[in-house]
Amino acid sequence: MTVTFLILLLLVFAAAGFFLGRGRALAAAQGDARRLHSLPNYYGWYGAIMAFLPALAVLTIWVVAQPIFIERQISGIFPVEQFAVEADRILLMADIRRVALGIDSAVAAGALSAADAIALNVESDDVRARLSEVGVALGSAVTAEVLQAAQRYRELAGTGALFRSIFTILVAVLALAYAIKITHSAMRARNRVEMVVLGVLMLASTVAILTTIGIVLSMLSETYRFSTMYPFGDFLFGLTWSPTFQGNSQLGLLPLLWGTIYITLVAMLVAVPTGLFTAIYLAEYASPRVRSVVKPLIEVIAGIPTVVFGLFALVTVGPFLREWIAEPTGLGTSGSSVMTAGIVIGILNVPFISSLADDIMNAVPQSLRDGSYGLGATKSETVRQVILPAALPGIVGAILLAASRAIGETMIVTMGAGASAKLDLNPFEAMTTITVKIVSQLTGDLEFNSAETLVAFALGMTLFMITLGLNVFALWVVRRYREQYE
Amino acid sequence: MTDATATTSPQNPARPAASLLQQTDRMKRRNAAEARFKAYGVAAICLSLSVLFIMLWTIFSDGLSAFRQATFSFPVTLDAERLDPNGNRQRDEMMRVTTIGYGGLLNDNLIAYLAERGIATDGVTDKEIAAFISRDTPARLRFMVLEDPSLLGQTIRFEGYATGRIDGYLKGRVTREIAELDVNVSVAQLDLADRMVEDGLLSLKFNWGFLTNPDASDQRPEASGLGVAMIGSAYMMLLVALMVLPLGVSASIYLEEFAPKNRWTDLIEVNISNLAAVPSIVYGILGLAIFINFAQFPQSSPLVGALVLTLMTLPTIIIATRAAIRAVPPSIRDAAMGVGASKMQVVFHHVLPLAAPGILTGTILGLASALGETAPLLLIGMVAFVANYPAGPLDGGILDPATALPVQVYSWASRADPAFIERSAGAIIVLLAFLLIMNIVAIVLRRRFERRW
Repeated sequence: MTVTFLILLLLVFAAAGFFLGRGRALAAAQGDARRLHSLPNYYGWYGAIMAFLPALAVLTIWVVAQPIFIERQISGIFPVEQFAVEADRILLMADIRRVALGIDSAVAAGALSAADAIALNVESDDVRARLSEVGVALGSAVTAEVLQAAQRYRELAGTGALFRSIFTILVAVLALAYAIKITHSAMRARNRVEMVVLGVLMLASTVAILTTIGIVLSMLSETYRFSTMYPFGDFLFGLTWSPTFQGNSQLGLLPLLWGTIYITLVAMLVAVPTGLFTAIYLAEYASPRVRSVVKPLIEVIAGIPTVVFGLFALVTVGPFLREWIAEPTGLGTSGSSVMTAGIVIGILNVPFISSLADDIMNAVPQSLRDGSYGLGATKSETVRQVILPAALPGIVGAILLAASRAIGETMIVTMGAGASAKLDLNPFEAMTTITVKIVSQLTGDLEFNSAETLVAFALGMTLFMITLGLNVFALWVVRRYREQYE
Repeated sequence: MTDATATTSPQNPARPAASLLQQTDRMKRRNAAEARFKAYGVAAICLSLSVLFIMLWTIFSDGLSAFRQATFSFPVTLDAERLDPNGNRQRDEMMRVTTIGYGGLLNDNLIAYLAERGIATDGVTDKEIAAFISRDTPARLRFMVLEDPSLLGQTIRFEGYATGRIDGYLKGRVTREIAELDVNVSVAQLDLADRMVEDGLLSLKFNWGFLTNPDASDQRPEASGLGVAMIGSAYMMLLVALMVLPLGVSASIYLEEFAPKNRWTDLIEVNISNLAAVPSIVYGILGLAIFINFAQFPQSSPLVGALVLTLMTLPTIIIATRAAIRAVPPSIRDAAMGVGASKMQVVFHHVLPLAAPGILTGTILGLASALGETAPLLLIGMVAFVANYPAGPLDGGILDPATALPVQVYSWASRADPAFIERSAGAIIVLLAFLLIMNIVAIVLRRRFERRW
């Protein structure tokens, strides 16, 4: 029985549990629902939950544990000293699994009979060719050992699947029987069902925590592996970035970090004045009608996918800057440059800064404005001398959040900033960022045991740390500010 | 008037007497500063809006032509001798005639048709005429004939794509000056193309293939389409909606209605607001490490893409859902409690239905942002070249390799042939159309069902 079928079966059990539980409760109350502690449906739900959840838990644990168990068993066939590195063992296991699954799908497709599959051997059959007939491609020819291991794998997996079905169904039936047995008119079915629902809600809320743990763990472990292959100090303080496929790569973080910071700087030089003046105009000057038209239009910018801005940088902004500024002044010949990416990211961040700053300025109490006007200040003087200082912490928070977004921006820099890692001051030169290099090291065919690939995880870790630090700091600033007027 | 006394009797001898009606230098400066300040605001708004419009304008002017395609339409005699030498009409025997054979047949027919219509071909060799027809076209003709062998021996009116350069010439992208420098096309060919257009043999037609074809290789921009990308995006959006809605709503209900105020809840809340600001590419790394390397899910599959996008949109959905739940006034909860409902019943029978429009609006907007997300999908391999349609959603199609709309935009933009830039912009138009529809649905939902208490 496949897992899908088992789950469907459990759902059928659950439906049966619902009617059995409800019927049992109503029977206990002689058909008078008023004598029950809870509404009749709660007894039904209790039955359904008991039939479904424990069995599902067993099934989940089984599905996770079985491959681990089988792998333990099988690696006994191969002597430990055969593997110099852990990665080789993993590769071999993947091979065995693929052969086993291939034979299974050959049997399922009817290309092999079940008896033939067991009788397969390396001398008389070309296992690789037969498997490729059913669409399972193998990297190399199958050795006798691998085939033997694969057969053992199939055997264990088959037994495992049988016991899995028996055990799951058994648990479902037992739990349902228990539920029916304890169902009587005074049982607090509603409270029990609500407990379970609350548990499910609580679990859902921990997904956010699990995601963070997943991010941190996955990057930490790979970063650790990277640090065993490449000196970590050289990574953090190296001035050259030149990965090669033959090894001997120089993987220094600093050129990438510099590119990232430079582009973010340019982006902020565009986004902060534009965003702030937009916010000031919308909050203090614009009539309600203008505001109701302009504000959504500005926010359209935030809703456009970044890849669109990337294409815009690549096709329009880059060539424009090259032809009108970089080439006439002799500063550069490249369409992709710090300026290109910086300006486009800056525009992308305008709505972000303007809507945050707008909210913050609207939160400044009217009494402060009135006081300022009463002293004879003009509107701009009020903005500059009263509102902006009052809103400053919030605005700083908004700018920091925008900077963190600019640092993490990927598509615009991938398409508009270029790929050459260098430490340079010329803004019309192509430079590269951390995110660009993560993309370029992690796309294409990957080998997860080379420093050139794993460095991407270290870069990701750096990026995560920088943006997380900025976010935490920004949120702290914003929160501290908000308390002042509430 | 109080001002009048101030002007008539200056308290401060250093300050010159002035009238409100007569501006002093200082007032002029202040008013000028005021006007400047206001102008900066207008300029800032004009700057960002004009960039927005320039961007949309360039994309539409580049991309709209992707929806039209230079197409040949001429009679083709399907010579049975050439396409089925044995004459048995057996599929496997006919399979032996490759696309090269069909290409030759098409070329001969085209040349014959040109002669018949009296279109002068001076200066253009037969080989160059053959180069007018896209390499994709013989394959399509072959497929047509293999599907329906009874066509053999007949003369059919066949429509086929022209190559990218001729297509570009008809759309104005390729000019004679460019052709002189281009080894792939000659000026004489362009002249011939003009005569073909005059004759009606060659014309721009609406390009359905752009919406339905899978991606094509570098040499055949004219045959590439968004079919696989749209299916991939549709699968992902479906899965994301199925996963993120229950997860997000459950988490929000717990945090908003049940969670005790303690350190654990605080941790979850801080976590969610931080996750909302984590760069999307980090989710790509997470997906690569956990779903592909650890859990061994197939690379480039919509399932992995959907899982990554779910985790990415979850924080925003939770934030929106919590706002919607919070907007339901406490009086409703109190009233329900007052007539004896349990806390859980209050939430599921009263709060949730009332918050539903807000939740749905937030979810649709979250899905829209997920639809446009590119960076994490690059890392899980969805940028790969996929020429086959994934299977149906019930036949395991969510595990087949696919691409997504924004990823297709990126991969076309990074190819050398300028014809792909047109395709890329065209793909953006399709993407923006979907985003527009989603946003309109969200706005309509909000307008129709939003309640103000």
